[in-house]
Formats: sequence, structure tokens, C-alpha cells
Amino acid sequence: MIDMLAELRTSHGSRILGAEHGSPRQTFVTVSDSDAPTIARHISEKMGGRLVTITGLDTPDGIELLYHFAFDANHSLLTLKTRVKKPDPRILSLAPHLPGAEWIEREIHDLLGVVFEGHPRLERLILADDWPAGVHPLRKDEQQ
Amino acid sequence: MGWKMWALKKSPWVFHVNTGACNNCDIEILELLTPRFDVERFGIRLVGTPRHADALVVTGVVTRQAAPRLKEVYRQTPKPCVVFAIGACACSMGIFKEGYHVAGPVDKVIREEDPNAIILYIPGCPPKPEAMILGVVKALSLL
Amino acid sequence: MRKTTLIPIGPYHPLQEEAEFFQLYVEGEKVVDMDVRLSYNHRGIERLSESMTFDQVPFLVERVCGICSASHPLAYIQAVEDIAGVKVPERALYLRTLVNELERIHSHVLWVGLAGHFIGYNTVWMWAWKYREPILDLLEKTTGSRINYANAMIGGCRRDISNDLMPLIIKEMDELAGHMDMLTKAILDDPVLHARLKGVGVLSKADAIRYCVTGPTARASGVAIDVRRDDPYAAYELVEWKIITQETGDVFAKAVVRLLETFESIKIVKQCAAKIPGGPIAVEVREIPPGEAVGHVEAPRGETFHYVRSDGTNRPVRHKIRAPSYVNVPSFKASCIGATISDVAITMAAVDPCYSCTERMAVVDRGSRKRLYTGEELIRLSEDKTRRMREEAGI
Repeated sequence: MIDMLAELRTSHGSRILGAEHGSPRQTFVTVSDSDAPTIARHISEKMGGRLVTITGLDTPDGIELLYHFAFDANHSLLTLKTRVKKPDPRILSLAPHLPGAEWIEREIHDLLGVVFEGHPRLERLILADDWPAGVHPLRKDEQQ
Repeated sequence: MGWKMWALKKSPWVFHVNTGACNNCDIEILELLTPRFDVERFGIRLVGTPRHADALVVTGVVTRQAAPRLKEVYRQTPKPCVVFAIGACACSMGIFKEGYHVAGPVDKVIREEDPNAIILYIPGCPPKPEAMILGVVKALSLL
Repeated sequence: MRKTTLIPIGPYHPLQEEAEFFQLYVEGEKVVDMDVRLSYNHRGIERLSESMTFDQVPFLVERVCGICSASHPLAYIQAVEDIAGVKVPERALYLRTLVNELERIHSHVLWVGLAGHFIGYNTVWMWAWKYREPILDLLEKTTGSRINYANAMIGGCRRDISNDLMPLIIKEMDELAGHMDMLTKAILDDPVLHARLKGVGVLSKADAIRYCVTGPTARASGVAIDVRRDDPYAAYELVEWKIITQETGDVFAKAVVRLLETFESIKIVKQCAAKIPGGPIAVEVREIPPGEAVGHVEAPRGETFHYVRSDGTNRPVRHKIRAPSYVNVPSFKASCIGATISDVAITMAAVDPCYSCTERMAVVDRGSRKRLYTGEELIRLSEDKTRRMREEAGI
């Protein structure tokens, strides 16, 4: 089994801010929000990683985005973690390069309000037509 | 014509509405048409438009997006009609009660459209096909 | 001239008046683009999860989608077990495998029935769903319920399956194999079905990768991925089975993958029933430490993926759920572009989206939004095409 983290270090070592192993086959790598989209593209286009999904999560320090990749032939999973600042969370979209990311980013936009710059169609996907704009259900301050 | 007379003369044609369900109830409803349960022998038929329906079979919690559509379907169903709320979600929203995107349950939404709507409840998660048949047959005899 | 067409996909009963869920844009007879509104089914499950304790969550996620009812809880449970460093007893691994494979079987057979209906082979539909019933009965005998089994829990399984039932399981599988053999031959040997389904709704390998699809949708396009082999869980490393792939990526290939996978699942179930060891079915897990992990399983439709973060309290801080249809359905855009309207129903069905997703689909024109066909008429178009082909073949 190739150590995907080691691979990533050789190409982007200086941009890696932190790395943790969960169980042996799961790795979590932290990078800055300006680097995350480039590195995500690298994982997808050059390292053969399959984007599984992106998790968004609201924290007091900003909105965390976790890009989950699977290396099927290598039997391992790698999650790229980054954080975008509030009150205007935005990050470059993966969708123009990877159609599989379109719905995934739209959902995070609906539920957390993150703007994915360059997304071909960043319209409402899962919230109702009459759901108030600007209210993002997964933001902690929306929850009573 | 009273409901009872009419039901005796013509077995109910049913229109199925999914208002945000997990599919379990929906699949079990479809199973009623397959050889093992074969509800067509009771004259129960699924139709393709509410305009031909005598009864609505509704599954799901009625999400916020689905609520106006459910009311629209109810409007289009000729009266008198009966609404079957199938499953825990349709009856009471079940485990999704506290969700931020739910407008239901079915009776609340339908009664916003018609306070005198006839609503019958078949609980279960999902109700077994036998329970659904029992519920429908019981309803026909009560009414 | 641009036409608009309404295609609600779903057996029988499209919601004609319902606002569109999927929107396919057509020019003439051909599809050119797709968009979607997923809102009808959005129940806010991820947020509900945060208000439940870790051991309550499986009951919630069982109900994300009824047909993949065993897959979602298992993916979540595996993520939590990863955070807590739990080692599940071997008997529980076999029990989990058994139930999840029975689920795959009933789901694939359900799909065969629906696909049959969409192309006008209603006999196939009735047979398939008839043979599906004994599987649901078996699930009821072994777990207590036809659907929503609630068999897995953090640390193992909630209920055991008595060893007395194992011979019955093996017997039912043998019987099913006979029925499936007959059904498979009837489908795969039918020259009209070949003509009807081959070359239809093709998803190329390159597109399958770009859309990040999984499951039979991927494997039918030559992308050989399967979580059971790529990141083995439960007892999949302890039994013999093979991945089924096809190369052409069309509807026919997807049907072949699902049919042949059913036989592999039957093999797995029989091995589990024969080899299952004794011992406890669960270890006690008292608390979940802070941490985060992912858990994924191969659901009937593809990879079901859950991410869980814990802060050491008894509730998840964040629980993210990604069902396979979420990546598979968008690929419809690639496989449907250029398709004719009579093929849309079966192309969509071949991706095997969750039934509740399939109820709401429409083909519209961006400009006029005029409706030309009802859903029933579109399924009828599909049936008509089949009938014409049968006549041409002299059958």
C-alpha cells in the first residue's frame, strides 16, 4: 500500500500544515484554504484519488471543509481539511474541473452559505423554494 | 351519492403521493400489486392522475417543498375522497418530527386546505402490506 | 422548434401536476442538458443526528432510504467504531455481512422488476417481485422485520440469528438461485432486449470517473471499484466472491452487472451461513472519545459514505451522509445527453436512483415550459419502442 501522505509531501510538502492518521487506512491532512482547491485537484487529477464527498462544518473559527478522497486500488482514504473564514466564507470551486463536485458544493452552499467561486450553477439545490435566503440550517448560530 | 353506496359500486381507485419518504412505505404499497398480495382482486387500482382517484395514499413527512404540491394534488382529486396517511412519517412525522425542513404531518397539511378532509391512518414503519390492506378494507366498511 | 416533455419516472403514477424535480432540457427528440431540485425529500437528517445520542443515530439513518436500509447504519457505525477503536467480534461481522447481502439481493431484484416495467416487460416485473418476497420473508425471520432491520449497533449486532436458521437460509438461497437463473437467461437471451438496451444510455469510463460514480453504475462502465474489496469491512475478506464488471456502460451492461452480482451475493450469504463462528455478537462500548473518522460500505447502489466527528460527549458534533445516488444521479447528465425521449425512462432507471428520487422528473424547455407528454405516455413510448422492435424481429 502506497503511503499517500508521503506522496503528497513530495509534491506539496511545504503546504501541509498538519497530518493525522485515524485508523491505519485513514489520513487527515490540513492545508490552508488558498491551497486546498489546488491540492484537491492534484489529488484528483494526478494521484488518482476519487472524490467521495465534501463535508462542511461550522465552528467558531470558521467553516471547515473536508474533501474526502478514496484511493480504491490503494485501499486507503485521505481527507483534506481546510477552513474558510466567516462572515463571508468562500473558496474556489472544484466543479469546473470535476463535474462530480457540482451537487456536493451546491449542498454546502445551501446548508452553510459557503460560496464556491467559479461554480457553473451555484443555485439552490436542497432547500425548499420558500426557505428564507441567508438562513443556513447547519450553521450553529441558526440552531436554537 | 353517499360514500358507502359509491364504494360498494366501484372499488377505490388510488393515487399515490410521496411527500418526502424514505421509500419503504412506497415500495410496500407497490408490493400490494404484485401476485402475492394482489389488491386488484379487491378492485383497488393505482391510477396515474389524481383526477381519476377516489383515494389518496400519502407517504412521507410532508417536507416544506412537498407541502404545496400535496395540497394541489388534494385540490385536484374529485370529492368525496379519502386520504390514507401511510406510515409513521405520514401519521405523525415519526423520527423526523424535529427536522427543520418538515411541514407535516399529512393531516395538518391537508386540513390547511380542507378542514373537513377525511383522513385515515395506517401507522407502522413501514406498515406491513397486510396492515395496509386491513386498513383500507376497514376504512371502506366504516365509511 | 423546442419541445417540452414531462417525464416523471416511477412506476405508474407520476405526479403530473407536481413541480419538476429533475429537469431535462430537450431540443426536438434529443436531450441536451439536465438540472435538478432535490428539495422534496430533504428532511434535515444530518442536523437531527446532532440532537441524538450515538446509539440512537442508527435508527434515524436506517430511514434515509428504505432500500439501502442496512447500508447507512453500518457505514455510520463503522465510522464511530473507528473513532472509538472498537474491535467487533467475528460472529457479528458475519451477521452484518449476511443481512447486508440479503439487502443487496432484494434491491437488485427490485430493480430488475422496475426496469422490466419501464420497457414494457411487465411479466418480468411480476416475476421479479414475486421472487423477491421470500427474501423479505427471510429477512423478517432472521431480523424481525422485512425492512428496517436495525440489526447492527456500535460494537456489534443487536440481535443474533439462531444457528437453527442457517440451513433455512442456505435452502432459500439455493431456491432463489434457480429462479434467478431462469429470469437472467430470459432477460439476457432475449434478442429484442439486446436491441432495446444495448448502446442505450451509455456512460463512458471517462465520464464515470469525472462524475465520481460508484456501484453498479461505475462497474458497468469498466471502473472496477467496490468498497467490499477496496476497503474490506464486515466479513468480506473472509469469504470468496468476485467483483462483476462490464465494459460498455450502457443500460444492458448495468442490467448484467446487477443480475450477476445477485449470484455473487447468494454465494456470500451461503458461505456466511455455513462458516459463521460462535461467540459473542457485540462488545460493550461505553463512550466515544473525541475524534473523527469515515465509514463506508458498498450499498446496492454504490458506496454509502458517512463522516462522524465526536467531541467526547454522547452526541455527534457532525454527521455527514453521502448516499451513492448523490454521485450517480448527476451522471445521468452524461449518459442522457443525446438520448431520445423514448430512452430516457430506462436510462434513468439504469442508474437505479432511490425510488423517491425517481418519482419526480420532468423534461422541460428553458423557454416555454410547455408540457407535451405525461409520465405514463413516456413509459408507453418506451414500451412502444420495445413492441416495434419485437415486431421487426418477427417475435
